[in-house]
Amino acid sequence: MTTETLVRRQAPGQRTITRDDVVAWTLPELTGLRKLLGPEWYRLLHGLFTNPLSVAGLAIVTFFVLMAALAPVLAPPLKVAADPYLIPRDGFGPKPQPPGSVWVKDVPEVPFWYPIITGKDHWVHLMGTTSGQFDIWYGVVWGARTALFAGIVVTLTTVIIGLIVGSISAFYGGWLDDVLMRITEIFMAFPFLLAALMMASILVPKFGRSIWPPTIALIVFGWTRYARVVRGDILSAKERDYILAGRVIGVKDSRLIIRHILPNVIYPILVLASFRLGDAVLSFAALSFLGVGTDIGYADWGQIISFARDWILSLDTHWYIIVFPGAALIIFGLGWNLIGDAMRDILDPRLRTVRG
Amino acid sequence: MTAYIIRRLLQLPITAFGVTVLVFLMTMTLDPVERSALYVRDIPHTPGALDAIIQRYGLRDPFHVQYWRWLVGRIDPQTGERVGGILRGDFGFSRTGRLPVKELLLTRLPVSLELALWAGTPIILGGIWLGVIAAKHHNKPIDQGARVFSIVGWSFPTFVFALLVLMIFYAKLKWFPPGRLSDWATQVVMSSSFHRYTQMNTIDALLNLRLDIFWDALRHLILPIVTLCYVEWAMLLRLTRSSMLEALHQDYVTTARAKGLAERTVTNRHALPNALIPVVTVAGLTIVGLIGGVVITETIFDLPGMGSAAARAAQSLDLLTVVSFTLFSAVVLMLANLVIDILYAFLDPRVRLS
Repeated sequence: MTTETLVRRQAPGQRTITRDDVVAWTLPELTGLRKLLGPEWYRLLHGLFTNPLSVAGLAIVTFFVLMAALAPVLAPPLKVAADPYLIPRDGFGPKPQPPGSVWVKDVPEVPFWYPIITGKDHWVHLMGTTSGQFDIWYGVVWGARTALFAGIVVTLTTVIIGLIVGSISAFYGGWLDDVLMRITEIFMAFPFLLAALMMASILVPKFGRSIWPPTIALIVFGWTRYARVVRGDILSAKERDYILAGRVIGVKDSRLIIRHILPNVIYPILVLASFRLGDAVLSFAALSFLGVGTDIGYADWGQIISFARDWILSLDTHWYIIVFPGAALIIFGLGWNLIGDAMRDILDPRLRTVRG
Repeated sequence: MTAYIIRRLLQLPITAFGVTVLVFLMTMTLDPVERSALYVRDIPHTPGALDAIIQRYGLRDPFHVQYWRWLVGRIDPQTGERVGGILRGDFGFSRTGRLPVKELLLTRLPVSLELALWAGTPIILGGIWLGVIAAKHHNKPIDQGARVFSIVGWSFPTFVFALLVLMIFYAKLKWFPPGRLSDWATQVVMSSSFHRYTQMNTIDALLNLRLDIFWDALRHLILPIVTLCYVEWAMLLRLTRSSMLEALHQDYVTTARAKGLAERTVTNRHALPNALIPVVTVAGLTIVGLIGGVVITETIFDLPGMGSAAARAAQSLDLLTVVSFTLFSAVVLMLANLVIDILYAFLDPRVRLS
């Protein structure tokens, strides 16, 4: 029963039923939360937790966060290892081993849950090994940390740069806007992946093969979209009367931007950021795959998949090199895209009216 | 509209200038010792040799001096000839390609062009068709299916998809061969009786009236085309769908329906042309982007195109090649952008008549 029908059905002489009453009747347990979060955030979170697709997305993201947090439990590093992100190796043999093969050399500590589940106490390669005997299970588990770290750093930094550039450009307009938008166009003139590839390969001599060259490259060429979106939204927010009123009573520019204009652009940016976080991790993995990212043997999904390039002719027997880390990447990206998709539907006012 | 086109034409040199400055700025973040490798193939291990090279190429000169030299080249004091200068098409020597960068570009370009040519049609037609179908059946199972396809496609990294395609159709089923041509076809193509007009195998085969070679070349291209289609469809579908949905809710579509036109005429003749206007821009740029930007697909399917050359150069830190290829692609993309914007002006009456 929709709100309107409930409102229309009230008997004469009865107290007027408002929309708030209806919400209070249908969602009594959440009203406190609603007060706490404010109507917009409440609607966003409520939508996210009730739409099956976004719940799946949230579950996926939670799964990877847990995997990253529990990495030392799921895949305990070697006691002597200096850096847990370096995947432990079982010797140096050139031929990949299938999932379930027994770990022979330099066996790390067996995690406590493994004997309980399997009844065996000898550690195996759960997902097989790559050529050079890097354990894929370790790579996938610890790679979740790399993916989350790179994704969050890239997304946060690009959002902040986009917010700064976009809001300055839109708020001040004039020549400053022209200059900033021309600069944005210059960055957008490049094919994205090729530009990131160039930037990362320039950074490798400085930072060595690590997570930094691809991360910085994705930031340098990734902020432009946010800047454009922020600028567009602010330009329309700027025309509102309450901004003019604020100006008239002498509110400082910085306060106007931060307190009165930016809140209008937060939601579109959230949607974009959710999509882009998945994208950023996929691009990061692609750069690693192409050899301008992390060093060989670092726990990073794209890096492990690049081992498959040596086995193109026999990929059907060595399927586990791409299937496990590949699945991790796809599901990770899918999780963020599902959340982004649902958020866009919730926040899009046009869709809101269609659904009543 | 003339004003619009002129304004657009004037923007191009500014962006082009900015692009070259940005690229040069990036190479300048390397210190002179690292940059000397851009100019000299092997640095002699004698003391003072490095300093001599830095001195000779003026690698410690002010930024604008070096930038100008990079654009127009410089006169070699020993031979008196002008060397280098990207405006003259002289990008230097590619360490990984073992050719001057310009020649490397010219040998790699036909392969990328050929792929873009064959992949372009199915990408555009398929993507638009899927989007229109999804919009027509808004919120019905077809639309939901298209939506899932598009979200999954978006989350699918190209390189994982390409490797899975290889794993299934090449390693397991052995349906499609790798590389560009079968051995027998390579022999024919290399022989003197076969004229290489364009360096594109499929086109040359047709021009030489060799259908067997044409089929062989096309068969080698199918897996990369499938990969590119899947990736680009996800994006084009989403765009066409939302654009078409918007068009279908316009008043003139309601009018068309109200005056009793067949639903087919309403969608195809009234809504579609307007819905396609924004799609044209993106589709055009996608195809142009394919020429210089299919780094991953070319690398995995071992096609000797521009993208794979750039990827190999990047991997072995051959910066000169990566930078030149990126610059070339950016310029091609900018020109294409210009052409598409002008086309757009002709297509969209709101721009045309303003």
